[in-house]
Amino acid sequence: MKTILHGRMVVGGCAEGEALVTSEMISGWGGVDPATGTVIELRHELHGQSFKDKVLVFPGAKGSSGWSGVFQSTRLNGSAPKAMLFNVMNSKIAVGAVVVHAPAMTDFDRDPLQLIKTGDWVRVDADKGVVEITSKD
Amino acid sequence: MILTDDEKAMLDGKEGKTRQKAIEFLVKYGTALGAERLVNTNNVGGYMIADRASYRKFGSFDALFSLTGLDSEETLEFPKVKAFSCQFETDMDPEYCDIEGKDEEDYRRFKANEEWLSKIGVQLMCTCTPYLVGNVPVKGEHCAWMESSAVVYINSVLGARTNCEGNTSTTAAMLTGKIPYWGFHTDEHRLGSHLVNVELKVEGLMEWGLLGYYIGKMVGEKVPVLDGIKIVPSRDELKQFGAATASSGGVEMYHIPGITADAHTVEEAFGGRTPAFTLKYGPEERKYAYEQLNMIGKNTDVDFVMFGCPHNSIQQVQEICDLLEGKRIKGGSSLWVLVPRAIKDLAKRNGYDKVIESAGGVLMSDTCPALGHLMPKGTRVLATNSAKQAHYLPSMMGIESWYGTTEECVNAAVTGRWEGALK
Repeated sequence: MKTILHGRMVVGGCAEGEALVTSEMISGWGGVDPATGTVIELRHELHGQSFKDKVLVFPGAKGSSGWSGVFQSTRLNGSAPKAMLFNVMNSKIAVGAVVVHAPAMTDFDRDPLQLIKTGDWVRVDADKGVVEITSKD
Repeated sequence: MILTDDEKAMLDGKEGKTRQKAIEFLVKYGTALGAERLVNTNNVGGYMIADRASYRKFGSFDALFSLTGLDSEETLEFPKVKAFSCQFETDMDPEYCDIEGKDEEDYRRFKANEEWLSKIGVQLMCTCTPYLVGNVPVKGEHCAWMESSAVVYINSVLGARTNCEGNTSTTAAMLTGKIPYWGFHTDEHRLGSHLVNVELKVEGLMEWGLLGYYIGKMVGEKVPVLDGIKIVPSRDELKQFGAATASSGGVEMYHIPGITADAHTVEEAFGGRTPAFTLKYGPEERKYAYEQLNMIGKNTDVDFVMFGCPHNSIQQVQEICDLLEGKRIKGGSSLWVLVPRAIKDLAKRNGYDKVIESAGGVLMSDTCPALGHLMPKGTRVLATNSAKQAHYLPSMMGIESWYGTTEECVNAAVTGRWEGALK
């Protein structure tokens, strides 16, 4: 079953991949290992999981201002997400999204955290502002 | 985005390729945010640290900071900064290479990094708390600062205006004197969203840390308004509180009406709107925060005690020294007291370095364990009075940690045992 979401482009481009979804904000510096893209925040529900080559679906960025630096490092280390979909815009995630160079979107017509499940196949066309979700079930 | 003539000129390359790249980034960043324009800033704080691995890999500061600071694969030569700019922390204190496990190569790199920054006009404050050592923005001043604990402090306590910027946006702001006009630069964004009814008396560094940690956890990156604060907090309590809210959550601005800069009353803090949520902070919430901050501690054999995240003020150093005087920390344990370099000088004039050293500790500047990935060799269990380090260090360094009062931490350093408790 396919579902379509509409939103605003943050960083342009197209990408597709498997979704990794969390309902918790992600901390970059001190929350992610830039070598592997693994969430290392001990109190986080994604602790131990990597977003490398995934379409990362999350509420937004929290924590230190080193967020963008860590996410830029994931790109340089080849462990960045393929695309990022998030709800809450802030300066940390905006700088981070630009330096990750992957397509990114926000301001959706429906909540991606409700519609997308981990493991779904997600196609992101940020230039057109469209997300296509193929449910894994 | 709508750009002014001077911004267009910079974008056209009239001020050279490096500033052109900087403003190109700011336009991309502003577009990502959904900002309509840029605003002038003459107060920028960033982290331009060439760590050992990066410096080896890139071979020059220009190459490294072109990438991390300007998102440019091409190496650009850095001209002098346009805005008044300062460096936050660095990754080591050059006085304590041995303790930090740094060698001659690190020392030379550190010195060269400083020289490079100085050459382009960046002030070497080397602290997460520039507001303790002379960079105190005024109410309404548009700034572009990194360092979440400093951002929440200057927005809330001082009424300055900044978002929590990153490496690239601060470097670009230094070179251009511009930053997107968005978020906490605008009146609308600064208004309160969540009302927190504080039902307890909040006094002391530990209590303010617990309150902050709880609020950050509950509000994420929203703007909390605290009602019920009966005792005016000290600057150091607010420094701890903000850092805690920005660790468990992403708070960049809060109001304590009548105390912080923007609002005199709760109504004014919400700008006439109704709070989106109302929370309370009572005994249960306090206990929850304490347990969260101490959940990584099981082993009570403490071998490392640190004070100074955010960096200690001179008052805090004085308080630590009053508790430490005449005592000796347990053999095999370490005690670090972290300060900005300017406060280290002041502390030395007062003889506090001697008090700390006679007890077996060190007075360090310029860095911190989390930022420099620094710890005494073999550290397993930390005790700290900092909610922020208690939050970050277990994840980053794989150690256990205890959070408590300054006195409990000093006792842990002396006895080697954690005996703190929520009273």
